[in-house]
Amino acid sequence: MSAAFALFLHDLKLQFRHGSDLVAPLAFFVLAVLMVPLGVGPEPNLLARLAPGMLWITALLATLLALDRLFQRDFEDGTLDLLALSPMPLELTVLAKVAAHWVTTGLPFMVIAPILGVMLHLDGNSFLALEISLLIGTPVLSMIGAFGAAVTLGARRGGALLALLVLPLYVPILIFATSAIAAAGEGLSPRPHLLLLASFFAGGIVLVPFAAAAALRNALE
Amino acid sequence: MTTARIPLLHRYANPAAFGRLSSQILPWTAGVSAILLGLGLYFGLFASPPDYQQGNTVRIMYVHVPAAIMSEVVYGLMAAAAAAGIIWKHALADLFVKAAAPLGAAFTFICLVAGSLWGKPMWGAWWVWDARLTSELVLFFLYLGYLALVDAFDDPQRGLRAGAILVLVGVVDLPIIKFSVDWWNTLHQPASLITMSGPKMDKSMLLPLFLMIGGFTTFFITVVLMRLESELLARRIRAWRTASGDE
Repeated sequence: MSAAFALFLHDLKLQFRHGSDLVAPLAFFVLAVLMVPLGVGPEPNLLARLAPGMLWITALLATLLALDRLFQRDFEDGTLDLLALSPMPLELTVLAKVAAHWVTTGLPFMVIAPILGVMLHLDGNSFLALEISLLIGTPVLSMIGAFGAAVTLGARRGGALLALLVLPLYVPILIFATSAIAAAGEGLSPRPHLLLLASFFAGGIVLVPFAAAAALRNALE
Repeated sequence: MTTARIPLLHRYANPAAFGRLSSQILPWTAGVSAILLGLGLYFGLFASPPDYQQGNTVRIMYVHVPAAIMSEVVYGLMAAAAAAGIIWKHALADLFVKAAAPLGAAFTFICLVAGSLWGKPMWGAWWVWDARLTSELVLFFLYLGYLALVDAFDDPQRGLRAGAILVLVGVVDLPIIKFSVDWWNTLHQPASLITMSGPKMDKSMLLPLFLMIGGFTTFFITVVLMRLESELLARRIRAWRTASGDE
């Protein structure tokens, strides 16, 4: 377990050293959201309706940006082989990588999303639901993304392929997260949607490490 | 005979044994498929009554429903084969997944197009974003993702294995499609073929429907066997080429 934590810290440290790796997804998230009012016009009611969906869609796309590097660098320089040989189960390696990915994508999104929400005139009641949906939902994005990155490791044209594989699997997350925010905006309880989202989190954290580790072993054979 | 001691599942992992079995079955499934599809189309288009509400558009059902069933059944079979390939390293199972995938994608596409053509006169819209339609669309993209992934590796074996893992992960979509009409309040009608109280359809409509389902199934078996045989031959050619140093 401490080995997994060390790997998590190591990955974070690497991300922070390469500052641009950290900034790129966040900058994409902010800029893409800010394109919306410029594209559809600044009318507050319209923006408030679009806000939950736009915030979440750009969050999906922004997490994709950092995914292809998740295992690629370690795969190319042989680190991944050593990790696979080490006594730590490969499943834990996956979890450590997922955690590091989330800290550098999902977490900054959570920090910046309320500000973007204000700029998009998001309904005042929706902010809590937005934050909770990001808190529960973005780790699942990182998990599914890690699976996609593992299964496309060593493939030609990995980046486009990764988007094709991962986006369909993101659909339920997008649906329930935006439903939760929209429900809160209409004065309804976001709780059922958030609970469903939490069930994806629970299912994902159990199943994804095994699927991703199987894919990694296939790539390392 | 030594083959008697090998479990059935593994006996046909031998390409030669599979080839013999397949070439015996093929003419039969091909013939049965042609007859069933011909009869099904005749009964579906001419010898069955129009619906009392939907009129003649109900005839779209005889293509839409079998295609929808096949889109899910094929994916289920692919998932089972993918599991067999991963667990027992069954060589033919991995190839089956690859052979079945384009067919499954085609069935899904036919289901979506036929459904869209049916939706326009009945619902007044080519497409609605209800749970059944959305999950079927996701299934279509899962098939496409598999097809793209399997061909993206220089080593074909590695592509097959990566694809098998993807197919197993995507299997979560199947129950969502099946039960979407019960879990959510959808515009798409709920199940009327397999229900607790039996089919909710008249016999005159069930006959062409079952003929078409049989026709689609045997068509699938026929084409999958053909694709498997050609894939095995392609492999043998590749092996010869590598052995003789052409590559």
